[in-house]
Amino acid sequence: MRPQISERYLPEKDSQACGLFGVMNTAGERFGGEMAINAMANMKVRGNGLGGGFAIYGLYPEFRDYYALHIMFERHQPGAKEMVDEFLADHFHVVYDEVIPTNKKATVLNPPVVWRYFVSPRRHPEEGNNLSDDEFVVEKVMHINTRIDGAYVFSSGKDMGVFKGVGFPEEIADYFMLDRLYKGYIWTAHSRFPTNTPGWWGGAHPFSILDWTVVHNGELSSYGTNRRYLEMFGYYCTLYTDTEVMAYAVDLLMRRQGLPIEVVSGIFAAPMWDIIEHMEPERRELYKTLRMSYAPLLMNGPFTVIVAHHNEMFGLTDRIRLRPITAAAAGDFVFLSSEEASIRAVAPRLDLAWTPPGGEPVVARLHTKDYLASLTRAV
Amino acid sequence: MFSHLLPEFLVERRSDRCIKCRVCERQCPNGVHHYDTELDLMFSDESPCVGCQRCVVFCPTNALSVYPHPTTYRPNASWTREKLQDLKKQAETGGVILTGSGNDKPYRIYWDHLVLNASQVTNPSIDPLREPMELRTYLGRKPDTLEVEVCGDRVSITSRLSPNVPVETPILFSAMSYGAISYQAFVSLAMAAKEFGTLFNTGEGGLPREMREKFGQNAVVQCASGRFGVDPEYLNSAAVVEIKIGQGAKPGIGGHLPGEKVAANIALTRMIPEGTDALSPAPQHDIYSIEDLSMLIYALKEATNYEKPVSVKIAAVHNVAAIASGIVRAGADIVAIDGLRGGTGAAPKAIRDNVGIPIELALAAVDRRLREEGIRHKCSIIAASGIRCSADVVKAIALGADAVYIGSAALVAMGCTLCQKCYTGKCAWGICTQDPYLSRRLNPEIASQRLVNLLRGWSHEIKEMLGGMGINAIESLRGNREHLRGVGLEGWELDVLGVKGAGE
Amino acid sequence: MAVSCARYGLREMFLGGVRSLEELRSRLSIEGQEAEIDARDLVHKEINDLIREAALSGARRITLLNVCGQRYIGTRLFLPQQDGKIEIHVYSTPGNDLGAFLAGHRIVVHGNAQDGVGNTMDDGEIVVHGRAGDIVAMAMRGGRIFIRDSVGYRAAIHMKEYTGKVPVLVIGGTAQDFFGEYMAGGIVILLGLNLKPGERHHAHYIGTGMHGGVIYLRGEVAPYQLGREVGVLELDDKDRRLLHRYVGEFARHFNLNAESILDDRFVKLMPVSKRPYGRVYAY
Repeated sequence: MRPQISERYLPEKDSQACGLFGVMNTAGERFGGEMAINAMANMKVRGNGLGGGFAIYGLYPEFRDYYALHIMFERHQPGAKEMVDEFLADHFHVVYDEVIPTNKKATVLNPPVVWRYFVSPRRHPEEGNNLSDDEFVVEKVMHINTRIDGAYVFSSGKDMGVFKGVGFPEEIADYFMLDRLYKGYIWTAHSRFPTNTPGWWGGAHPFSILDWTVVHNGELSSYGTNRRYLEMFGYYCTLYTDTEVMAYAVDLLMRRQGLPIEVVSGIFAAPMWDIIEHMEPERRELYKTLRMSYAPLLMNGPFTVIVAHHNEMFGLTDRIRLRPITAAAAGDFVFLSSEEASIRAVAPRLDLAWTPPGGEPVVARLHTKDYLASLTRAV
Repeated sequence: MFSHLLPEFLVERRSDRCIKCRVCERQCPNGVHHYDTELDLMFSDESPCVGCQRCVVFCPTNALSVYPHPTTYRPNASWTREKLQDLKKQAETGGVILTGSGNDKPYRIYWDHLVLNASQVTNPSIDPLREPMELRTYLGRKPDTLEVEVCGDRVSITSRLSPNVPVETPILFSAMSYGAISYQAFVSLAMAAKEFGTLFNTGEGGLPREMREKFGQNAVVQCASGRFGVDPEYLNSAAVVEIKIGQGAKPGIGGHLPGEKVAANIALTRMIPEGTDALSPAPQHDIYSIEDLSMLIYALKEATNYEKPVSVKIAAVHNVAAIASGIVRAGADIVAIDGLRGGTGAAPKAIRDNVGIPIELALAAVDRRLREEGIRHKCSIIAASGIRCSADVVKAIALGADAVYIGSAALVAMGCTLCQKCYTGKCAWGICTQDPYLSRRLNPEIASQRLVNLLRGWSHEIKEMLGGMGINAIESLRGNREHLRGVGLEGWELDVLGVKGAGE
Repeated sequence: MAVSCARYGLREMFLGGVRSLEELRSRLSIEGQEAEIDARDLVHKEINDLIREAALSGARRITLLNVCGQRYIGTRLFLPQQDGKIEIHVYSTPGNDLGAFLAGHRIVVHGNAQDGVGNTMDDGEIVVHGRAGDIVAMAMRGGRIFIRDSVGYRAAIHMKEYTGKVPVLVIGGTAQDFFGEYMAGGIVILLGLNLKPGERHHAHYIGTGMHGGVIYLRGEVAPYQLGREVGVLELDDKDRRLLHRYVGEFARHFNLNAESILDDRFVKLMPVSKRPYGRVYAY
């Protein structure tokens, strides 16, 4: 439990807008960062240079059985790394760790040191075996994020990682040399236009829990309702962003409760009652029950979100499509983006380009053509 | 339906003074007064009286008095007369209750809890009657640094500068559209702005073509959600282009100019068919987020060849500081903030009286936030809502404004009495009406003179106050909270305002 | 988290690094009234600088090559002192707000367009050989827009007309929700050419808040897909003449057979009131 704090002293919620991009090779082949980076550069005007980031899947095949922790340490808190190292040694087997290499010539302001650790859980006898490995990792990550000043975990999934910071996305990519050093079969990217004051690298996106990452554009008017509901299930927001709420809701419904996105989209972006009235009886019952049961998780207000985890990437917009999304396909590649032009900038020859209606997910899954399902009502 | 409503005003006629000249009958657009020829008597039906005092002012013998009707329900602190009357009105109509002007509820007016400073001994006060005292203000984005080329004794500027617009006094007329107000009132504001060297604001109703050449350079033209009257010539004729996101009287909602007010010339100016409702959507449908706002800002800069500052006007709402920061980062040159007491020609009363935050707090929060982020110089701030006198202007500037918008004050100068019935279109003073019989009561020559007088009087008072502080240029007051102290405020309020308590 | 960010100041994503006309001159070639601009990697202001330069140098037909996502193409062409309208050919993917505030010129897109095509357009013509995104023809008040394929949300939102200036929007495919929302004037034609036999248009809330203008719809819609403010009418002769004219133009732009399109049944959607909200308020 989090100590009781008066609502008065909680930080102001960060509101923001941005550009999103995601690309997946549904055959599972790994590819470099050029597409994601150049697509974001094409949409430069959607961000304001105060945040950019990337999530990559299939990143560390040589360590695929270990949780890969990307942890940032602020330079003005020199003790943080020591504390984290001690904490990790206590709770994990660390099989390998190193500083994430960076481009010394890159122009970014105030970068922290970012380190990666490949770990497996080390349980103390008194902790018992009640927690799954995943829950164990989530708990320890929360501990680092909330208890160790100057340290923050960017990502903690297996065979994936998040790179992010303050700057335009292409600057962040240049800093971490993403185009030269890494390959993956899913890349998602985010360019931020916060209306709040970041300047803190941990506040950039993607936001991640385990191997789930979320990039999000928009502002949830229902934030307070969503947040308070999620708190009942043990999710305490520390960043006060809509993205965080979205990520926790995805974690609750999809990872913990096991609902597929095709159902979850009916919760986040529930159809209007008068549309539900006109559905076939079985669908009507489903959507009515979803709305009734999960009303506090209706994500009200403009949003587009691209969520990824292993084997799956999906995009979803709010129910009246107040934020843009374009999907496209070329061979084994599936793209999701805020703008069609940014896809064409990196993949001039597309087989298909389409825009689904609000609330209808575009789901790319490994070795399937599930994304075609979103074509039926698309334009 | 038989109405249960009580009359709002009582009309009292002193028969010993009444000469039955019937001026009151002609002046009242609500049919309160009438003359009975058979009885040779003047009668009054007070139920439609709105308390605008037109008849009182025009009665040649001072025979009339109009005051709040003494008839009352049993007094009840919770169920006030106003609440009861509203309930009955809605029971009779099933409608949304409309009102006009600004929020009249007793929220704290922070201007009245701030006091100004003056020089005593340690530095001299200045006499503005005989010494220079400068109010000129440049509105627009300022550079981080100026790049210059020194060539012998010639220095030339090499940086590319953003467009800036000067005003001779930091007082601008708020957005009031042609359609909401009469053509005469609209022209009066334009004439006064031109004569005094300041700006008026077209609101979202367009700028009549015949006014563009003469008054364009004193116009802030709005591009609002309805896009009424927005064409490339309109944008290019202006001094400043303003994107209207919201308005203090009705944050978050749109507006309807009812079709019966959309007469030929208004239809032409708004560029819509005659007689149709002019619906202003709640949002601008090309702006659903901050990056969309930046898209429209730059669309307008493109449409005006980067020659005009672009202003963004928002209502002061809970997270106004963060929003303002986003607006500046999105490329706006001016941020206009309209607070809780901002006026309107028509707004649902539920919205007007309950949504938004006071301008004083909003202004201080925005100014502080922009400074913390190092971007305060990237925009000018215009504060609006409930600026009633020159001291309010001075306090607003000390809290961080570059200039203020005045709406209600300007209307009062022209004749308005804040009867709050603007939405009926029956303004007896000829301001908020499209009825030619009523609007021709307002003579633009005279009304603009009243406005110029007001600006002159206020400007002079501002100079006196500045002089007292030992300041002879308005820019030295901007954000200068050392010249403010709070009286009767709580700690959190002083914190938000960024001022010390008196004596601290 | 309390990090001072004053040092970050303001990043210029729109105008940062914009090159001067002199630096970009090689991108522009003008021969008589023809001009060509290589837009590869130019930002929107640079393109519009070059277009304006070309227009002021007398070019009347400007071809833009390698356009990919740049916004506001054609917006900076309010040139009252200049005679003659300009025709711009865009290859291939213009960015948002294509032809926003367009002052009477003609733009042809050889590819798909994004959001905001013809936003608050005053006059002129836009032809898109592909699809378009959301809010096509928003607040448009004059001129014509022809979209070969489908359009996104809120097309024709708040379109208006006045004193004989009547905007026209013709869409070959279908549209998404809130089609014709708030319409106050103008003529909108939705052809549904890409719908399968028996397939209804997908949009909901068609014509919600509509209080002027007319929508002609080819293809089926269920009554619940329509906004409360619209009525469905059969066509009269005047309607048929109108359709004949604009569908004919549409067909000529895209090499289609107008007659076979016009053979199918159309319905007309009109607002039931010029004052849909007259009774909402208590006076």
